[in-house]
Amino acid sequence: MRNHLFLVAALAVGALVFFLARSVGNEYVFVAGYVVLQYLVLATAWNILGGYTGYVNFGTPAFFALGAYSTAALTKLVTLPLPALMVAGGVVSGVIGLAMGYLTLRLRGVFFSIATLALAVVLKTFITNWSFIGGSKGTYIVRPMTVPLLGSYSQYLFLLMLLLSIGAITIARSIERSRLGYGFAAIRDDETAAEASGVPTLKLKLIATTLSGALMGMAGAPYLYYGAYLNPESAFTLDYAVNSIAMPLIGGTTSWIGPLIGTLLLGGVQQWASVSRIFEGYPQVNVLLVGVVLVLFVVAAPNGILGLLRSRRRRSTV
Amino acid sequence: MSPPLLAVAEVGKRFGGFVALDAISLEVGAGERVGLIGPNGSGKSTLVNCLCGTLRHESGSVRFDGAVMDGLPAHERTRLGMARSFQLPRPFRSLSVAENLRIPLLYTVNARGGRHLPPTEIDERSRELLGLVGLTEKAGHLPRDLSQVEMRKLELARAMAAEPKLLIADEAMAGLSHSEVDDILALLRRLNERGITIILIEHIMRAVMSFSERLVVLVAGRKIADGLPEQVIRNPEVERAYLGE
Repeated sequence: MRNHLFLVAALAVGALVFFLARSVGNEYVFVAGYVVLQYLVLATAWNILGGYTGYVNFGTPAFFALGAYSTAALTKLVTLPLPALMVAGGVVSGVIGLAMGYLTLRLRGVFFSIATLALAVVLKTFITNWSFIGGSKGTYIVRPMTVPLLGSYSQYLFLLMLLLSIGAITIARSIERSRLGYGFAAIRDDETAAEASGVPTLKLKLIATTLSGALMGMAGAPYLYYGAYLNPESAFTLDYAVNSIAMPLIGGTTSWIGPLIGTLLLGGVQQWASVSRIFEGYPQVNVLLVGVVLVLFVVAAPNGILGLLRSRRRRSTV
Repeated sequence: MSPPLLAVAEVGKRFGGFVALDAISLEVGAGERVGLIGPNGSGKSTLVNCLCGTLRHESGSVRFDGAVMDGLPAHERTRLGMARSFQLPRPFRSLSVAENLRIPLLYTVNARGGRHLPPTEIDERSRELLGLVGLTEKAGHLPRDLSQVEMRKLELARAMAAEPKLLIADEAMAGLSHSEVDDILALLRRLNERGITIILIEHIMRAVMSFSERLVVLVAGRKIADGLPEQVIRNPEVERAYLGE
């Protein structure tokens, strides 16, 4: 399918999702759905670097928080509509992604991953000590109750995140079949051989870190408006790092649809667990669920659900 | 006489205190078939890596096709027309055999400027290359389905997809049977007949002697002989390096 056709189809699916969510007639659908969609963007963004080029990034919280805190800082200075704040958050995270890539991409494998983890720690320390954006005690806003046309603000946030996830998935999918996607795959398989085949590996990896970072920042930008309160603990939580890795791994990392499947599954189960009576009083059960599911997949289906489906198809054709 | 295609002047490379290459000088003319031999650890692969930009040499200079290569990253050297195959095959494992050839077509041929190959022509060319090396039937397979000799052929085809002027074949025949070696040699001769200069690094003397117009010998990071194959192998210094005192 051509890219613009795919975009039209994705928008149609998005419209359907939105109207189905409205038809439920319960605001909580939007509150919970927002979180799942936010993870969909994070997982898709992570996969552009981690799945396509094979560089495992543990720094998702850093890029997410950069987006969230860009909004916090800008809101203190000027009044901007939320979509503009999302673009701003994307630019900030993209620039930091580029800089981080330039500094760390000469490291390969686990050393790169450690460097991204370090970035999250450094940024968290920096933000915790910056009083302008609230420091360790955090910052808050009074968020509007309603927006024109839609009604509730939760619906507006849900819609924005829905559009962002459609954008992220369309970008990821169009990369896959492109010259860029083949270059990423070559890097993932063998960087030295990729260079010998004419692939400018450093440039491509910088494109991946910038794009991945920018999308994560855009996903983080509305976070202050979602919770009305933002502090370093909630912006840099481990959940983002764990989920943005687990979701693509569970779905399958070589295709755009992998993070989508993984997010719907894992994100859905997490949202169910957080309201389910069974786990009442145990908020950490979310992370436990991720851990258990991840271990199961690493053992039983290391290439995710996509890998399972592909090997089954291959067996039936051979 | 026209200037050489490849001119290596006093190239030196150290790994810590170990001198891997000691002021190597070497010239290769356009269309030539040069064999590069030497005992294990003599610096053959290090020299290839320095020529291709995988490693950086510390002293001396490499000129290729009139341009200075020193400091250029590997992918730019490939784009300028210097291609290599690897000693141990390094296919792109998640891509099919045909897609493996797509990478250099997209990133080298298309990046040279001028006309971009449309998708149909990319398919056309990769089919042609697969035909040339005899892998047409394996086009849709993953590299893990290939045999050793097919893997070597894929390695050479991928290097060829970049349309090089110079092909450096680093032990393309190691571990192959007698008839498989002849297979690869015939392939390399066909490439040479198309006007591609070839440097062959090889341990199998039968292959080197029948293929090379000129033989260069490295021992312990130094070049000790350079000349006609029959004369070089009778050189006392070469005999000493291979057979001992």
